[in-house]
Amino acid sequence: MQKTTTPRPSRVQSLVKGDSLQRLLALGALMILLAFFSAISEPFRTTDNYISILVATAVNGVLAMGVTFVIITGGIDLSVGTTMTFCSVILGLVVTNAGLPLWLGIPAALAAGALVGAVNGTLIAKAKIPPFIATLGMLNVTRGLAQVLSGVKPIYFEGTPQFYDLFMGKSFFGIPNVVFVMFGAAILAQLVLTRTVLGRYTFALGSNEEATRLSGVNVDAWKIVVYSVCGLFAGLGGILIAARMTSAQPSVGMGYELDAIAAAVIGGTSLSGGEGSIVGTVIGAFIISTLTIGLSILGVPDQWKLVITGVVVIGAVWLDILRRRRRA
Amino acid sequence: MGDLLVEMTGISKSFPGVHALDDCHFELRPGEVHALVGENGAGKSTLMNILAGIYHRDAGTIQVKGREVEIASPRAAQDLGISIIHQELNLMGHLTVAQNIFIGREPRGAAPFVLDEKALNKKAGELFETLHIKLDPRTRVSSLAVAQQQMVEIAKALSFNSDVLIMDEPTAALTDTEIDELFRIIRHVREGGAGVVHISHRLEELKQISDRVTVMRDGRYVDTVGTAEASIQSIISMMVGRTIFEASPELPEHPDPEVVLEVRNLNRGRVIRDVSFQLHRGEILGFSGLVGAGRTEVVRAVFGADPRDSGEILVHGKPIAIRTPADAVAHGIGYLSEDRKRYGLALIMDVEANVVLASMRRFVGRLGQIRFGRTKAAAEEHVKGLSIKTPGVSQRVRNLSGGNQQKVVIAKWLTADTEILIFDEPTRGIDVGAKSEIYRLLNDLAQQGKAIIMISSELPEILRMSHRILVMCEGRITGELSAAEATQEKIMTFATQREAVAAA
Repeated sequence: MQKTTTPRPSRVQSLVKGDSLQRLLALGALMILLAFFSAISEPFRTTDNYISILVATAVNGVLAMGVTFVIITGGIDLSVGTTMTFCSVILGLVVTNAGLPLWLGIPAALAAGALVGAVNGTLIAKAKIPPFIATLGMLNVTRGLAQVLSGVKPIYFEGTPQFYDLFMGKSFFGIPNVVFVMFGAAILAQLVLTRTVLGRYTFALGSNEEATRLSGVNVDAWKIVVYSVCGLFAGLGGILIAARMTSAQPSVGMGYELDAIAAAVIGGTSLSGGEGSIVGTVIGAFIISTLTIGLSILGVPDQWKLVITGVVVIGAVWLDILRRRRRA
Repeated sequence: MGDLLVEMTGISKSFPGVHALDDCHFELRPGEVHALVGENGAGKSTLMNILAGIYHRDAGTIQVKGREVEIASPRAAQDLGISIIHQELNLMGHLTVAQNIFIGREPRGAAPFVLDEKALNKKAGELFETLHIKLDPRTRVSSLAVAQQQMVEIAKALSFNSDVLIMDEPTAALTDTEIDELFRIIRHVREGGAGVVHISHRLEELKQISDRVTVMRDGRYVDTVGTAEASIQSIISMMVGRTIFEASPELPEHPDPEVVLEVRNLNRGRVIRDVSFQLHRGEILGFSGLVGAGRTEVVRAVFGADPRDSGEILVHGKPIAIRTPADAVAHGIGYLSEDRKRYGLALIMDVEANVVLASMRRFVGRLGQIRFGRTKAAAEEHVKGLSIKTPGVSQRVRNLSGGNQQKVVIAKWLTADTEILIFDEPTRGIDVGAKSEIYRLLNDLAQQGKAIIMISSELPEILRMSHRILVMCEGRITGELSAAEATQEKIMTFATQREAVAAA
């Protein structure tokens, strides 16, 4: 009998393998978009603009990474946008209102995000509420709480200039640190997804939850973990957006969840679960920022930007379904 | 003797990989209740589905009322006066009784698209009167008991003025009183000149209601006898045929007397009724019975996959709490489900991932990182040991053949170091060559000291593989046979033995 094994594919090889087609397509689409806008618009071609695309992707990218985990399990999290805002408010309360140091505030914001995620996970795993409904409900809860806790007023961080410096300071190549935070988070997320038991169970849940349960895995507990991870990333997003705006704005946030989900889907994460990657999601996030900023520079009104982004998302999901049908 | 209502001759039918029917015959006279019996997989439902236009035959002829016909669809069957009532009822729970019966044929009101609800209820009421059924046509179907829902289905079938009424296991979910009521309606229908085909496993019942019995076996026609003249034993003999294979398993005569698993007084509603048994080390315990007897339900309850009302589970003599499959796995119990694609495998994932899915803890480092070297080694070891045909452990399980997929599931439980293995229909959907490999594997596992429960609906398989056989019928264990004394007929007798019908 011939040798039955093949060597484990390297990271680069994984990128090019079979079902990474969507990822390649996404990357290709991104390249085309960048080339297109750069070609027809001079203001687009500036370094400052490219940097602003990177910065614009940071927050959405982080949110999208968290949501990728959840979508791979076959669920969804509509509350990431408002949870992000909620966590930025928590950061503001701890740092500005309570005057506590930043190294307490940042973990507090992250913990708040994880807590919201845990609540989502518990509602979904234990109370058996469908993810769409559970997270939709939490969307409103965190939105309301953010406003209650902030008194419906922005919380400013002028008393903590090191906060802005930490994240928006330009340590390398004139690029604000948020961008590196995002890439760092992406690398961590990708490692967790592909190399840890959490990642393994994430895919298993999405591929066949019942078979996973019948294999003796505590699927309820792991679901709660996955949603907590998503919440954690939303918390990180809250910190980053607070840094960018040097304030926690309780009215911002709603609408971010759709961009996050869109980024994941465009990057090849399937809404039916079992497939997805952080690399793809990050590419998807860049596509959205490039599109938004490019259209803006071309003078396209905001309303039309929304329409075009929406069409792109529908197109990406449709492509995903076609691809799935062809394979089945 | 009038003309035959239905005459089916030389009917053959194949599905991909399965020869379901081979040269079958069936006839139905007007004013007759004709029972159709056979083991699981004998072909009874397939034959009737052909008559009802649900499947299309590959060969043979069908004559209805003397005319040769093509029954291309359920609608065509309906037009010919043939109605079928399946075991799984096809009713819309949210609609009323009358709405269900006349769906698609609703009486219209003044305007063409306006419904006349009053006329609808009146029509239904009239229908019930002729059948002497007491049911309010305005009741929502979902609020009815199963027996009443069945009445609705029968009424619906009869509202098409059917001459031929096919009923598939109509009494499975009914109490004795409800069965009496059902039989009254069947007799009424018969008196009207219609013919009724009654598919059932309940042989004593058939004695009460049927005029003739046709027996099928392995997709072939065996014989047709008058119910009055035939004994239940003779019918059972025809169902199982002569046993070719009484060979005792090539296993040790007396497996270890140590009791590894004991189940006491397991109960769940009407599905599991006071089930108790023991399982010894190195033993293969066969679970036999008809589809719906409750075997899968029992093992799923033992495995923690379904809740139970009461009952104790003991492993090595110690009672343990099993509430979820995770508990069962922690105590060394593994379950290979009936439908491996739905419950046993994550199809998109590769062989390696599936093999380690039940035992991740052993392959994980302090930070939760997966030790890929180890998982790969474990997967490759089993691919070799079980002769799993795959280009590699990175191959998606979806791409493997049925037999090899089954081996991956086995590998999963071997990796999890389980000592009690429950196999639910282990060779279903697997070709002959792979089957004997699985048998060999089961023997090897038993010899290594694993304790095995094997559920199978194939009598030769159960007889060949088991040290002991437990037979279930309608949620109870009705019989226990050792390998030496077991025969197909004895198993079948226990499998059709409903409670309180021991006499006759």
